[in-house]
Formats: sequence, structure tokens, C-alpha cells
Amino acid sequence: MTSPAPEFLASIGLETHVQLRTASKLFCGCARAFGAPPNTLVCPVCLGLPGAMPTVNREAVRLTVRAGLLLDCEIGLRSKFDRKSYFYPDMPKNYQISQYDRPLCIGGKLEIEVGGARKTIRLTRIHLEEDVGKSLHFESSSGVDFNRAGAPLMEIVSEPDLATPDEAMAYLLALKQILVYGGISDANLEEGNVRCDINVSVRPAGATRLGTKAEIKNMNTFKGVHRALTYEIERQIRVLRAGGAIRQETRRWDDAAGRTEAMRSKEDAHDYRYFPEPDLLPIELTAEEVAAWRADLPERPAARRARFVAAYGLPEYDAGVLTAEKAIADYFEAVARACGNFKAASNWVMTEVLRALGERQMDIAQLRVTPAALAALIGLVERKVITMPTAKEVFAHLFERGGDPEAIVKEKGLAQVSDTGAIDALAEAAIAAHPSVAADYRAGKKPALQFLVGQVMKASRGKANPQLAAEALKRKLEG
Amino acid sequence: MARLSSFALHELSAKLAAGECSSVEIVNDLLDAIAERNGELHAYLWLNAEEARAAAAEADRRRAAGESPRSPLDGLPVALKDNLSARGQPCGCASRILEGYRAPYDAHVVERLRAAGAILLGRTNMDEFAMGSSTENSAYGPTRNPWDSERVPGGSSGGAAAAVAGGLALAALGSDTGGSIRQPASFCGCVGLKPTYGRVSRYGLVAYASSLDQIGPIARDTRDAARLLGIIAGRDARDSTSLDAAVPDYEAALGERLDGLRLGLPREYFGAGLDPEVERAARAAAEQCRALGAEVFEVELPHTPYAVAAYYLLATAEASANLARFDGVRYGRRVEGEDPTDLYQRTRAAGFGPEVKRRIILGAFALSHGYYDAYYLRAQKVRTLIRRDFEAAFERCDALLAPVAPTPAYRLGEKTDNPLAMYLGDILTIPVNLAGICGLSVPCGFTPGGLPIGLQIIAPALGEERALRVGHAYEQATRWMEKTSHASPSAIRGQR
Repeated sequence: MTSPAPEFLASIGLETHVQLRTASKLFCGCARAFGAPPNTLVCPVCLGLPGAMPTVNREAVRLTVRAGLLLDCEIGLRSKFDRKSYFYPDMPKNYQISQYDRPLCIGGKLEIEVGGARKTIRLTRIHLEEDVGKSLHFESSSGVDFNRAGAPLMEIVSEPDLATPDEAMAYLLALKQILVYGGISDANLEEGNVRCDINVSVRPAGATRLGTKAEIKNMNTFKGVHRALTYEIERQIRVLRAGGAIRQETRRWDDAAGRTEAMRSKEDAHDYRYFPEPDLLPIELTAEEVAAWRADLPERPAARRARFVAAYGLPEYDAGVLTAEKAIADYFEAVARACGNFKAASNWVMTEVLRALGERQMDIAQLRVTPAALAALIGLVERKVITMPTAKEVFAHLFERGGDPEAIVKEKGLAQVSDTGAIDALAEAAIAAHPSVAADYRAGKKPALQFLVGQVMKASRGKANPQLAAEALKRKLEG
Repeated sequence: MARLSSFALHELSAKLAAGECSSVEIVNDLLDAIAERNGELHAYLWLNAEEARAAAAEADRRRAAGESPRSPLDGLPVALKDNLSARGQPCGCASRILEGYRAPYDAHVVERLRAAGAILLGRTNMDEFAMGSSTENSAYGPTRNPWDSERVPGGSSGGAAAAVAGGLALAALGSDTGGSIRQPASFCGCVGLKPTYGRVSRYGLVAYASSLDQIGPIARDTRDAARLLGIIAGRDARDSTSLDAAVPDYEAALGERLDGLRLGLPREYFGAGLDPEVERAARAAAEQCRALGAEVFEVELPHTPYAVAAYYLLATAEASANLARFDGVRYGRRVEGEDPTDLYQRTRAAGFGPEVKRRIILGAFALSHGYYDAYYLRAQKVRTLIRRDFEAAFERCDALLAPVAPTPAYRLGEKTDNPLAMYLGDILTIPVNLAGICGLSVPCGFTPGGLPIGLQIIAPALGEERALRVGHAYEQATRWMEKTSHASPSAIRGQR
């Protein structure tokens, strides 16, 4: 549904702005935080007061380089900041400190997967810049909240290697995954951590040169990107089919109307009048510094997924689910290592853990069941101390209150009943209560046994060892 | 007996220590002098009279209680150019667009002054946003030269120089982007020092051209300039361009002789267009330095003719961005409009004066698409060549001697219709800013008409000690400052 008409090809490039996970802003000591009352996280520097001067937050530089290393970029050991001039009420200085011709990261690539096919998307560059404030519109007036102004933003520019809205979506998800993996960004879309500008053109299949592109500005949801691309590709194809020409222009996505509309043409494009920021020295990095950062990189999601398949014998699908988020993968590995039963660890994390978190809309960081506790729980089942239904009950308890599973089993008397005398009594009672079922079994309907086992389990409130129960029943029915 | 406001800071510091006067008496005498003459000179835009009196009383109380002084500046008043932020004070840069704005924070230099116990007396007039060489570009009217009120005091720190020369301030801090400390010091007969780029933190100085701006003292003599520099110099983490170099004891470098020093006279600085009286005074000063033991010879700075053009591209390019923030949205003057763009246009049209508009437009043009390489980039290359000129000269000599400005103070209105002529008046000071080195202006005589003339001493980066040493030895030998700081202009004319 999302590939363009076969006689046309689309080329999509994305400029993705990602807010970095630093404690403070890029050029001042104000906290970088979301949700504070308007204009409370501000100072002379991020308000652009006369005489205030920027200083560079080195952590933002480190995180940008870390992203570059994870995305196979070349790192610019000598990069610099530039001023990008344009007037807008949310811009405190009416210029943005950005990077023009010497970005921190050059080139790079990101692998995506769509419908089972893998594709490598080339990156152009990654540069560091400051975020702007946020315009607020009231009934009869407008205001600006500068809390976000000066927050560190990384702009990741891709080559026009994406061909479909699905690929664009996969690119954004893969990018988000790797950035969260690296601890580079929270990539929280609700908090505006990720925003993106789209460049898209279409051309007849077989044409070697790219068509004229349109730019769609300020997308802030991945779904919006997909919808806008779907619309815009169809629009451009429609124009070309009708014999028209695409104008090079900037367009805006109207989410409610579900269409893009022209904002300004190439002729009206801003002249940003870039020049080197005289208030800041060039950013100098040493090869040793970059090497140390490289040595400190986390395992990339794709590599981890492959390792989970190889080392833990997990199916591709399971490995994909478990590595989708770094925190989940870390949790799984801790459980697997502690209990040694990889398959059980994978089953527990993929079913019980993710389901319970999903139901409560919780994050794995908030989970009270420690990896050690889950491993112990798996061990109790393995050693047949408790049954699977009991284990789920214990898990529910751990999920609410945390604690040690063995202590809970002991405290609640949940240990599996393996006392043959007690089981024998329950088996006799089950046969007596269901004579027709017993008769069926004796008549050769073997599955009838399962019903009787279920009755024994029910009577024991799940604690009876099901194997011993079956044996006792057989003995009594057949004997 | 001379009034207190006619002494130098170091003289008053000694008087305070000896109990010969109080801080309150000094501040009151200055406020009296201001009441008498500021109406004519218009050196101050804003006075901090009440706070200054209270701070003086507090300093006197500390002294009476036997507390040791916080610094040699403790209890002594200093004036600030109107582009230096001081918490709670207006900081208007002599512009309408900053009407009503009060700085909510202290500039680095103001923090240093406060910590030293200095008293902030008031804010001095300037060319709007430091763009000008005569203080005629102030939105609040020009400052007049204390030596001849029909003449300009120079600029852009003209209010500061006129206040110091006219007995309305003991010393002041100004800023120098292309000569804005040295040239008014020369026109008014005081000492002005443009430190090495990065020697003094710019944090809190309202930027005109960030890669050229530098804060420095305007004072009665070289000892006071050295003393003030010692207080304001040094690394500040809030200004990334501030230098991490030890601050020497500048006063310790001051002496009587110049033996062993090699002083260069740049041939290009004594060329066509130089007023003969200015040339005579500068050459006489060079001879005086020779008599004090220095070796004096000619050197060359071949790229000097390109400095003014390069400066007016680079400075205006930076200014076009630096001044973009004055838009009426967050502070200062606002003229309402139909939409944000209309608001910007009306606010900036009403808020900026003609010279500021001229420079913003020139700078925006130099940076615009298709012109960047031909203007901004080429000007940067010229800047490199000028820096190399100085490096080559400083291989042969320790410091350079030159006039500060091609002419003495001119008449009000004489150059206002011809911006280019005004720009060319900066030809002898601009190269020092482009090269990022330091320059000192000291009085070196008078024209027959009784107007002060300044000698410029140019030293390499972080060569302030050397410049001050030369300036001080020359000053002690000639004692021009006694005529400039104590006597009235008529008295000087009478002597001649």
C-alpha cells in the first residue's frame, strides 16, 4: 500500500533533530528538562540577553560523537560552530548557533529492515546545534516559553536513499533504537525529543537523475512522517502524470486535513548568512579522546540480536523482541545468566514481564521483579518445587511488591504437593465425584484422564504435582 | 588646593590610607563636579548617586573599623561605559531600542570591580552600540570635548574619556573594537588601554563585533590604567575566548628608563593624511623615548592600507548578527505590529539610529549568499596578513610607536555627513584590533590650539606590561598628564 505506482520511484531524505540526554543546556548551565512552568529554566545566556555569551557543554559534544561512532560516521577532530541567522519569536538571539561546513560527524550509515529485506541508508552528516523556544498562542495574544531554548539538538541528515514511507518509518525506528541504546537521547516523541524535516522527490522509473524535491518541515510524529510521505509522493506523481512540474518549495503537513500545502518557494528561501561563531573557539578533539569513546560504545542492537540467536539459541523473532529496547535486553541477559535456562528466561520476559508492564503502562526501569528474583522463580519451577500456575501467582506477587520468591512460596505455603498419600486421597475423591468420566477412561478414552488431573489440581489449589496426580489416577483407574 | 576629583586613583588611594580624605568626600566632590559640568559635556547618561554615596559611606565605615582594603581601588569610584552590564542598572548602549532595559546580571568586569570595593558612579555616553568615532551617534545627544566644547571627544567611549579628562570621573571602563578607547583618550588627553583580545572577559559587554571587542581602562595616568587592568584581567570560564594566562603585577613593571628596548616606528602610520601637528608630537615622543634609553627605528606594516576596509566588513558582519536580538520581543523598546515581522520592522526602524542601520545592512550584505567569499572571507584573509605584518615587526622590535588618530579632535558635525571620512579616522587603531594585540594611548602634547594629542604604544599579544612600561617612562619624563588632569583648558592655553 505504501510503495508508489510502479512506474515512479521516490527518493526520501530525512533531517532528524534529536534532543540529547544531557543534564544541562548546550551553551549555559540551565537544566534541560521537560514540563517545568514556562520560562523558569532560563538565564541571560539562553534568553539572549545583551552581553551574555555561550560556552560549550562538552557532554553534548561527547554524545554527538558517540552517535556518530554508533552510526559509522567519520569524526571531525576539528569542527566549529556557526551562526545561522533568521528572525523568529522563539529564537532568543535571532540567530541559531549551529554547525555549517565543519560538523562533528561526517558520512555514516544505518541499516534498516522492511518486509524481511535489509537495506543500508547512507548518512550525510551529524551536527550539533541549539534548540529554540516554543511559541504559545492564546486567545488574543502569543507568548514564548524559552525553557527549551538552548537545549542541545543533534541533526542527523540522511542521503535520499529511502524509497518508501515504510522505509522512512523503519529508518526512524532504527535511529531511535540506536540512540536510546547509546544513552544519547531519550528520543521521547511526546516531549518533542525527535523532530524531523522530510525531503522527497519522485522520478519516472529508469530516470537516473532525482526529481525536483519538496521539503516538508517540522514533523513530530513517526506516523505523521509516514502519512505525509504517502500523501506527498502521490501528489507529486499526480502532478507529473498530468504533465506538470514539481516546484522546489517548502511545504507544511496539515495533520487534520491529511495533506501537505505550500509554505514558501525556493525564491523566498531564507538566506541564513552563516558565518563562524566568534564567541566560541573551534571544537578540538584528540584521536585518543575519540578512541576512548569508541572503546566505551555499547553493543549495537543488530549485533546483540545476532548474538542472542547464536549464544542463547533463541529464534530470530524472540531475539528481535528482546533486543528492541536496551533495558529489556539487559534484563533478559541478567535473568538468563543467573538461571542458565535461556529458553525459560526468554519465555518469562517475552510473556509475563512484557505483558504485565504493558498492562500497567510501565517502563522496565520501574519493574520490581529483579533479574535475580525471576531467575530464582524459574529455578523453583525447574526443580518442581512449585507448579507453573503457582509460579505465575508468585510472579504477580513479585510484580506488585517485589521480594524473594522462595520466601513467598514458604510464607504462603505454595510449595508443590508431592506427598503421595495426600495425592492418592485427592485422586480417589476425583474419581468418586466423576464416575462417568472414570468409566470413559476405562472404556479407552484416554484424554478423560486430563479432566481428572485438572480436578485434582483444582482441589489442591494448584499445588499438586501434576505428574504424580496423573500417576495416582492411572494406578487407581487401571488397578 | 586642587579638588579631590582632580587626582589620580593611586593618589587618592594613598590619601585614603593616610586618612587625609574619605570616600564620601571623593564621591561628593565628583558628584559636585558632575552637577557643574555634565550639562555642558553630557559625559554621563545615568548617575548612580545614591548608591554611590551609600557605598562610599560603607567603605569609610570599613576603613574606620580597621578592615584592610579589599584592593587598591577600595572605596574609589569608577564610571562604566553604557554597554557594560551591571545588575539593576540601565544598560542602554546609548540606543533607543534598549529604553527601559535594566541588566539583571553583572558583567565579569563589574563583578571584579565590586569585589575590589570600587564604587560604580554612573554610566557614560557613547556612540550607539559603540558604532562611531565621535560619540555623535548617541541617541541621547553628543558628548563634548572638555578642552573645547565645540569639538567631539572622540568615540565610541567619548563619554568615558570626557568624564575622566573633565574631572567628572577618576577613571572609567570603556570598550575598544576599532579604537574606541584609544582614540577618545587621545582626543581628551587621558590614558586609554586596549588590552590583548581575550585578556579581559567580555562576559556582560554588549557585543558590537565579538572577534574585535575588548574592555579596557580610561584613566588619568598609566599607573591607574595598570592598576585597573590588574583588577579586570584574567580568565573567565563564561567567555570562551578569554585567555588562560597569569595576570602579572602591571604596576611592578613601571619604571623610569627604557634602556635596551627596541621601538619601531611603522612607516605606514606616518603617511599621507596625517596632521602635521600630530606627526610632530609623535616624532618628538619617539625622540623622548630614545633619550630614555630606547633604540628607535623605522619598521613596515605593509598591509595597513587594507585594514579599514577589512574592519568595516568583519565588524559589521558580526554586528548584523549581534544586533539581531534587539527585536522588541523580550526587552527594551517595542513598537507593536500586525505580525511578528511587522513588529520587528517597526521596532528596529524606530529603535536604531542611522549609523547602526547602515552597519547592520552593510554586514548583512557582506554575509549574504553569493557575496560571502568576496567580502567576508577576503576580509578574513586580510586580517591574517595584518596579523603577520605585526608578527614580522615584533621580530625586530619590542613595541611600536605611532599616533593614535590622524588628527586631533574635530568639530561637532564636521564628519557626520561623510561616514567614510569618519571611518578613515580609525586607520591607526583598527589594525591592533584586527591582530588581537594590545595598544596604549598616552598624552604626548597639544596642538597650538590647545587640543590634546595622543601617542600610541603597540605591543604584542599579552604585552600590556611592556606597553605600560614605555608609556609610564614617557609620561614621567614629560608629565603631560599634570596639565591634562588637573588644569583647565584655559590654563593650558595660558601656559603656551
